[in-house]
Amino acid sequence: MLSIKNLQAKIGEKQILNGIDLQVNAGEVHAIMGPNGSGKSTLASILAGREDYEVTTGDVQFNGKDLLELEPSDRAAEGIFLAFQYPVEIPGVSTINFMKTAVNKIRHYRGQGPLDAVAFLQLMKEKMKLVEIDQSLLSRSLNEGFSGGEKKRNEIFQMAMLEPKLAILDETDSGLDIDALKIVAHGVNSLRSKNNATIVVTHYQRLLDYIVPDFVHVLYKGKIVKSGTKELAKELEAKGYDWIKNEAALV
Amino acid sequence: MSKDNQLLEEFTSKEYEHGWNVNLEADEAPKGLSEDTVRFISAKKKEPTWLLEWRLKAYRQWEKMPEPKWSNVHYPKINYQDIIYYSAPKQKKSLSGLDEVDPELIKTFEKLGISITEQKRLTGVAVDAVIDSVSVATTFKSTLGELGIIFCSFSEAVKEHPDLIKKYLGSVVPMGDNYFAALNSAVFSDGSFCYIPKGVRCPMELSTYFRINAANTGQFERTLIIADEGSFVSYLEGCTAPMRDENQLHAAVVELYAMKDAEIKYSTVQNWYPGDKNGKGGIYNFVTKRGLCFGDHSKISWTQVETGSAITWKYPSCVLKGDYSMGEFYSVAVTNNYQQADTGTKMIHIGKNTKSRIVSKGISAGKSQNSYRGQVHIMKRASNARNFSQCDSLLMGDLCGAHTFPYIDVENQTARIEHEATTSKIGEDQIFYCLQRGIDEEAAVALIVNGYAKEVLNQLPMEFAVEAQKLLALTLEGSVG
Repeated sequence: MLSIKNLQAKIGEKQILNGIDLQVNAGEVHAIMGPNGSGKSTLASILAGREDYEVTTGDVQFNGKDLLELEPSDRAAEGIFLAFQYPVEIPGVSTINFMKTAVNKIRHYRGQGPLDAVAFLQLMKEKMKLVEIDQSLLSRSLNEGFSGGEKKRNEIFQMAMLEPKLAILDETDSGLDIDALKIVAHGVNSLRSKNNATIVVTHYQRLLDYIVPDFVHVLYKGKIVKSGTKELAKELEAKGYDWIKNEAALV
Repeated sequence: MSKDNQLLEEFTSKEYEHGWNVNLEADEAPKGLSEDTVRFISAKKKEPTWLLEWRLKAYRQWEKMPEPKWSNVHYPKINYQDIIYYSAPKQKKSLSGLDEVDPELIKTFEKLGISITEQKRLTGVAVDAVIDSVSVATTFKSTLGELGIIFCSFSEAVKEHPDLIKKYLGSVVPMGDNYFAALNSAVFSDGSFCYIPKGVRCPMELSTYFRINAANTGQFERTLIIADEGSFVSYLEGCTAPMRDENQLHAAVVELYAMKDAEIKYSTVQNWYPGDKNGKGGIYNFVTKRGLCFGDHSKISWTQVETGSAITWKYPSCVLKGDYSMGEFYSVAVTNNYQQADTGTKMIHIGKNTKSRIVSKGISAGKSQNSYRGQVHIMKRASNARNFSQCDSLLMGDLCGAHTFPYIDVENQTARIEHEATTSKIGEDQIFYCLQRGIDEEAAVALIVNGYAKEVLNQLPMEFAVEAQKLLALTLEGSVG
C-alpha cells in the first residue's frame, strides 16, 4: 500500500529525515517510536503533504500513485488520514458541518454524488458510538474549548467518518488519561480491517498495549535504526532509548 | 507560494457576475449640479412646491459644506459637475399594473435573479426595485394594503401620502446632517417608503433592489420606514451595478422611525461593483443610515453584509431616545484587491435603560483597507445604559490592512460598557487541517470565513443568509496568502 524509499527532508537548512525506508501493506499496523526530535512527526506531516518541509530525495508510492506529487486534499481523498497531535480550532464551524463538507468533497473526488442529509446523519450516528462521542460536542465549534481527550476522540471520530485506507495517528496518546486512551484505542481497533493500514506514531509504549502493532520501528536522527515486532516496544520500555542511541552510535 | 499566486490570478481574472448593461432608453438630466438641476428633478417628478423648497434649502446648505476628510479612505477628488443627477428609464406612459412594465426592465430583474412577477409571490418577498433613479414597480401592494401597510416608491408616497412624508422626511437624518446627506436631500430621485400601522406585524420580508445602470449617473435614493406603535417589520436591501471604468457615485439616505414598542429589522446585502483587480472603476458608496428609537421599548436592528463598492463610507446608527429602547448593529465587511471600507455604527443613548449591541466582523484580503469606526455615546439622562461591542478583524495575506477606531463617550456614571476586539489571520494550520480532510483550499477559505462571520449571517433572513454566504466565498476566492 505504502512504500517509502530513501526519503530525505529538511525544514529551512535543517536536515530532519536522513533516508527513511518503510513498507506498509494492507491489514498491517506499524508503530513508529523514537525519542523527541527524531523526526516522527515530520514523517507524518510529509506523508499528509504539509508544505513547511522540503523533500530533498526519495520516493513515496501510495497504491501505485506518486504520493509526493499529489495535493494534500487529493491525498486525503485517495485515503490518507492524519490524526493531528494538536487538532486545530476553527471558530464558528461545527464538526458536523466540517465533516459534511469533507465527506462530500471526498465523494466528489471519487465521482460520487453528495450524501443527502438523512444518509449523512445515519453515518454520523453510527460512527459516534465507536468513540463514545456526544452529538452536542459535534455541534460546537470545531475543537474550540474542547478538552485534550475530546479533541483526540474527535480526531478518531473524523477518521471513522472518512474511512481512510491509511490512517496515521500522530502522538494520539499524548495528553490522554487511561480511560480516554482506551476509548480511542477501541475506536481505532474497530476500524482495522484487512483492507486498511495504520501507522501509529508514539513516544511511549503505553498506547501499544491497546493498539497492538504488527511491526515496530525505531526512528533516531531521521533514520529507522531498528525494526522488530511488538516485543521491541516492550524492550524499549524496559531499557529506554539510550540503548538504541548507543547502538546507533557504534554503527 | 507560487500556487497561491496562481490562485490569486485565477480569482482576480474572475469577472464581476452582475456586470451587464441593459439598453434602456434613459430620460436624463443634463450633467452637473445647480439650483436648476434641483428644479429639473423636482419638475420631472411633478413635486409639490414645499418639497422643491426643501430640496433647494438642502442644496444651499450643501454648497457651503466641505467634503468630509476624516475617514480612512482615499480617492481622487470627485467632480460633482461631471455627474448626471437624474436618469429615468424612459417609459411610454404611467403604469397601472405589472403587465405594463417595460419588458427590458423585466429582463434586467430576471438577470438579477429577481423576477418582479409571480416568482416572488411564491417566495413571499415583496419587492420594490429602483433602477438608476426611478422606482419601477412594487409587488404585493394589494396584499399589504389589506393590513394597512404602505409599501411603495418614494415618489408615489409624496403624491399619495404627503402628510406622512412632510412629517417624517428629514426627521431622523436632517438635510444638513452631513455632506452626502445634504447632497442626497437636494437631488434624491426615488427610493422606497414604508409605513406599518399600529400593532401590525408585517407578514413578509419587504425588499428593495437598487441598481445603477446608466453611465456617469449617480444614484441618490432615499428610504423612509415608519413603524407605528407595537408594529414589526423586516426589511431587506440589495444592490448591484454594471462594470464601468469610471467611478460612480452612490449617496443614499435611509431613515428608520420606530415608535413605542415597535421593531424594525433592516438588512443589507451590498454588492456594488468593486472595481477591477487594479482598482479601476467601482462604486463610491457614501451612505447615511440612521434609525430613531423614538418610543419606549422600541428596537432597531441593522444587519449588513458589505462585499462590493470601491469605497464604502457607511455608519448605520441608532438614536435610542425612548426609555428601554434597544439598538443593534451586525456587520460583515469584506474587502479585496484595492477596495476600501470605512464602516461602523453610532449608538447614541439618550433614554434610560437603553441597550445597544455591536458585532462587527471585518475581513481584508488583497491590497484592501478595512476600517471599523464606531461611537458609543451615553448621554447624561441615560441612566443604566448598556453597550456591548465586539470588533473582530480577519486578515488574509500581508498586503491588506485592518483598522479599528472605537470612540466611547460616557456622561452618565451608571453606564456599563464592554468592548472586545480581536485581530487574526487565517492560519496555515487551519487551512492545512481542512486540506487534510479532503477540503480544497477555496472551500477551506469559504468554510473558515463563514464560520468567522456566522454570528452576523445568522441575523439575516434565511434565504438571504445563503446568498450572503456564497457572496462571501466568491469575493474571497483564491485570496489566501
